[in-house]
Formats: sequence, C-alpha cells, structure tokens
Amino acid sequence: MDLSCTDEEEEFRARLKAWLTRELPGLPPKPDPLDWPARRAYDCGWQRRLYDAGYADVQWDASPTQRLIFLEETELAGAPYVGANFVGLLHAGPTIAAEGTPEQRARWLPPVLRGDEVWCQGFSEPGAGSDLASLRTRAVRDGDAYVVTGQKIWTSHAEVADWCELLVRTDPDAPSRHRGITWLAMPMDAPGITVRPLRTLAGSAEFAEVFLDEVRVPVENRVGEENDGWRVTMVTLSFERGTAFVGEVVACRRLLGELARTARKNGTWDDPVLRRRLGRLSAEFQALWRIVQANVSEAQATGGVPGAGGSVFKLHYSHARQELYEAAAAVLGPDALDLGRDWTLDRLSSLSYTIAAGTSQIQRNIVAERILGLPKGR
Amino acid sequence: MDFRLTEDQRALRRGVRDLLEGRFDREALRAAVDAGGALDRALWRELGAAGFFALRVPEEDGGVGLGLPEAVLVFEEAGRALLPGPLVATHMAAGVVPGAAEGDVVVTAVEEGLVPWLDEADAVVGDASGAVPMRSVDPLTPLHRVPGNAGATALEAVLLTAAEQVGSAERTTEAAVSHAREREQFGQVIGGFQAVKHLCAGMLVRTELARAAVRAASLTVDPVEIAGAKLLADEAATGNARDCLQVHGGMGFTWEADVHLHLKRAWVRAELRLPAARAEEAVAAGL
Repeated sequence: MDLSCTDEEEEFRARLKAWLTRELPGLPPKPDPLDWPARRAYDCGWQRRLYDAGYADVQWDASPTQRLIFLEETELAGAPYVGANFVGLLHAGPTIAAEGTPEQRARWLPPVLRGDEVWCQGFSEPGAGSDLASLRTRAVRDGDAYVVTGQKIWTSHAEVADWCELLVRTDPDAPSRHRGITWLAMPMDAPGITVRPLRTLAGSAEFAEVFLDEVRVPVENRVGEENDGWRVTMVTLSFERGTAFVGEVVACRRLLGELARTARKNGTWDDPVLRRRLGRLSAEFQALWRIVQANVSEAQATGGVPGAGGSVFKLHYSHARQELYEAAAAVLGPDALDLGRDWTLDRLSSLSYTIAAGTSQIQRNIVAERILGLPKGR
Repeated sequence: MDFRLTEDQRALRRGVRDLLEGRFDREALRAAVDAGGALDRALWRELGAAGFFALRVPEEDGGVGLGLPEAVLVFEEAGRALLPGPLVATHMAAGVVPGAAEGDVVVTAVEEGLVPWLDEADAVVGDASGAVPMRSVDPLTPLHRVPGNAGATALEAVLLTAAEQVGSAERTTEAAVSHAREREQFGQVIGGFQAVKHLCAGMLVRTELARAAVRAASLTVDPVEIAGAKLLADEAATGNARDCLQVHGGMGFTWEADVHLHLKRAWVRAELRLPAARAEEAVAAGL
C-alpha cells in the first residue's frame, strides 16, 4: 500500500497546477445554467484549451494515476466541468477507444478531445429504462445502411449533440433479448430525427425525447459486431460507473469545505447536530476518495476496464451527494428556496443521482450478484 | 500510487488468518463463551511468539519492525476471528511494559471510563482506582467502570480498534451471504430475493468504505482521517451485525448463532475508543 506519487507524477501535478493558475482567471463568465447552447460553447471552449495545452489526452491515454491527478487538480482549482462533453469524453469515447476499428477511432476520437463534437446517449426508451435490454427501437439492414425507427428518452444534451451512441434491436427473433442488440454511432443531423426537449424538475431542458423515423445510419458506423451490442454496452456502462464520477468526489469535498465556511459565518455551525452531520459527511467523502484510489490502483494493475467495484462506489456516492445538499439546505435556511443560488439548482439536480446510470436498486443487484455471488432472482 | 496490498502484506494477512483459524476456530470461540470470559494465557503467549504484539517494535529492540499499515491488516484478522482480550492495549504496551511484546504479560488500559479485562490483566495503563465491575453485554469482554472519562486514547489505538471493526464487518457480510445462499423459503434460496440481496449489498458497501478509510489512515496517520475511519468502521461493524442478524431471521436471534457475539463486541469497540459523537466533532473540526 502506497498513496504517494512518483517524482514524474508530482512533476505533472505541479505543471498542471501552474497552468490552471494561469489559465482560469482568463475564462469567460459562466453561462446561464439553463441555456444549453451557451453551455455547450463554454464547455467545448474549455475542452479546446485543455487540448491546446496538451492535457486533453490525459483524459484517456495517461496512466490511471495521472488521470486521477488531473481530475483532482482541475476540480480543486475550480476548473469548468466536462459538462456537455460528458458522454463523448466519458462514455462513447472510451467505448470507441476500446471496441472501435482504427478508422472509427481516427474519425470520432480527435473531435471529442478537441471539443469540436458533442455526443449524447441513446440508450433509454420509454419502456426500457432500468430494464435496458427490453429496448424496442429497431434497425433493419438496407444495403450499406441500417434503417432505424423508434423512440429514445432521457437523452442528455440531445439538442446540442452532433452524435448519438445509439442502441438498436437488429434481431427481434434472437434467442435472448440481450442478443440481437447493436451499438451505432448516429449523426444527429440525419433526416428523420426529431428532438423534443424534456423539462426536468430542476426547470432545465437538459435532456430530450428523440423520435427516430426511418433514419439511415451507415453500416460503417457500427461499433462491434452486429447483434453484439449488449457486450459493447456493458463496456460503456462500466466506464460510466467506474470512472465517470471520479472528479465529482473531489468537487464534493470542495463543496463541503465551502458549506463549513458558510455555516461558520451564519452561525449554524454552533448547532452541534448540524456540525456533526457535516463531520460525518466529510468522513464519507474522504473514504469515497480512498475507494476511488483503490479502484484506480486495481485498474492500473490489471490494465482493464473498471470492474463491478464501480457499483460499490456509485451506490454510496449518489446517496452521500444527495445528503450533502440536504445538509446544505439546513445550513442555508430560507436561502435554500432561492433558485438564484447555485446550491438550490444543484440540490434539485442531485435527485437524479440515485436514478441515472443505473438506479441504486439496480446497483445493489449488481453488487449482490456479481461481487457477492448471490443468485439471480426477483 | 498503488493502494493494493504488497505481496508481503498479503502473505502476512494469510499467515495471521491461518494461525487464527487453526488456533481460534469457531469451536474455540464457543468454548471461550461457555467458559465465561477467562483469558486463554497459552493462546496469548502464542500470539506473542507469532509477533502479534511486537509487530511495530523495532527489530533492534527484538520486535518485528513492521509499521501501522501491517498492524491494521493483523487487527482486521483479529476482528474477523472475534479474538478476545485487550489486544490493542497490549500491542500498544509492547516495548514499554516488560513482557507485553512476548505475550507473557497482559496489559489493559482505561478508555472512556471503561476498563476491559481488568481482573485478568497484569498491568493497567491509566488510573483504574475505584473500578466497579459491570455485567458486560459482550460475554467475551469483561468490563469495569471507573469514575470520570480521563485518558486520551492514542491515535494508533483508535485506528487498530477500527481495523478490528472492519474485520468483523467483513465476517458478518460473509456469514449473511453464505446463509442467504443456503437457506430456502418459498421454494428458493432467500439470496434470490431482492429484499435480502439489497441488505447484503449494503453490508459490502459499508465494509469497503470503512476498509478504504482505515487502510488509508494507516498510511497518512492523519488525526482527522483516523477519526473518520473509526466512525465509518464502527458503523460498518454494528450495522453489518444487525443486518446479518436480520438475514438469519429467527435463527439470528438465538444464542447459538455467532452474529450476536459480533454485534456485542462491535458495540463495545464503538464505545471504547473515540465514540461516534466525538469522532464526528473531530472530523468537523478539520473542515
């Protein structure tokens, strides 16, 4: 067990810190959180700065420890979050890097790293959320294209996306519903696509319903084999659960520090119940950060895709983060009802954490079945 | 950075587990319970000979010369096996109280107004005058109450107690899972029911969170991190024992099942060194 970094890694950390110190003051003001086109421009602009400075590659190609340092330092410095680039950088990108052909990697990966192209995720359907394998959007082969018809829902950033990682059913007669699914990269400007924004309870239109009416997707846009999309998807989901939340733990530790400062200023810190509550949360986020380091060490040693350990992390993290905003509401008092405060919008958005990327109930099944070896059942 | 155990650390853990499984298996545990809480001096000396107490005493002073991370692994194993006795106090006294390192002398300490194993101990760290015996909830930890709550507990002692809690939490998770895979109700093993599965998954999450916290704290030896680790380890040990009892159903409520022994010891450890309220305050003070 060794939590220290090598000289080389510390040097990387120092260089990155110095760059962030220079770069962050010159950033344009943050856009309105409800204005997604403005947010896309802002988030992609930040990604471009990272690319130009040689830091974009770190997000995929560096050693896991170096990536951890990158996420830790950018968050600690309060750098912009990946935001609109989330799906491209953390789901579709790593999946194409792992499963795509050399041509596909050359076509799709550089624009994501440069912040030129934004991806969205076309997995969920009205009848296939947690039960993802029951998806019904169909794709029928017609010459050199798949003709896709169906409907997707909860598609984050669909309005501002250039590409969609799309799951379709290519063989409705397959012996199991997990077979017969295919993973496609669909251009969002193809004829036949209708995007209808959905308003979330936080008031923003960050995701959408996507209607697909005989959309032609070239066969060469298929990642992995036809009907082998479920396996490719599991790769995507393990990235989602394994590493996509790493930076957010650091963000939570920063937020907790801010909250303690606010509490000391407004007097709520004198309430021992609230103070102890913040202490408990701090212990939990510190431990979550240690779990991240353990998972990264494991991934670094095995060189593989993040394992089911990601579910252990995701389960506790999503609940702890919701608790953080509840504690924040106790500290802020009536201000917690003011939508003009970042905390309020974040508190509302946090309600999705125990649902998105696999509900807590699904994660518990994964932990019980894949780690503890309990039988599949009802 | 590599947070995994080294080969040497894995070998150490395996060695201690083998030793304890051979010398203090379930039968020995139940015999100790039936014997009414007398300390097995022969076992104590064997632990001494194996280096359990002298683990962190420097080699030039006749010890094993290992560090806190290794001690944490060893105490996780002790917690798994529900090994009785003032293990942490004697380990802390090794190199200070003659005979403690070898396991010839049993050392206890006054902690939070409590003294475990006072009648069996050869030496007491702290002032035990005015000690009054209690009827201890844990059949394998005799307790005395002393006036006042004097005696600041060393950080290492808090962390080693937390490590024992992690070992216990791991053991009760395994016990719940193995029961859930065998016990049949409604025509299937109960581990197939989500209600039971989700209890077990929660136990694993608590254990992993506490384990990561305890092991990291053994490397940083940061007071705030140690307080947080104790908090989460107490919660893992007590919470898991309760959930394990629930998974065992009526059987879990009987004296014959081992789960109550884990729960009662976890309660004692939680109270003995840095209880929850003070641990939370300590972590909050670091914010």
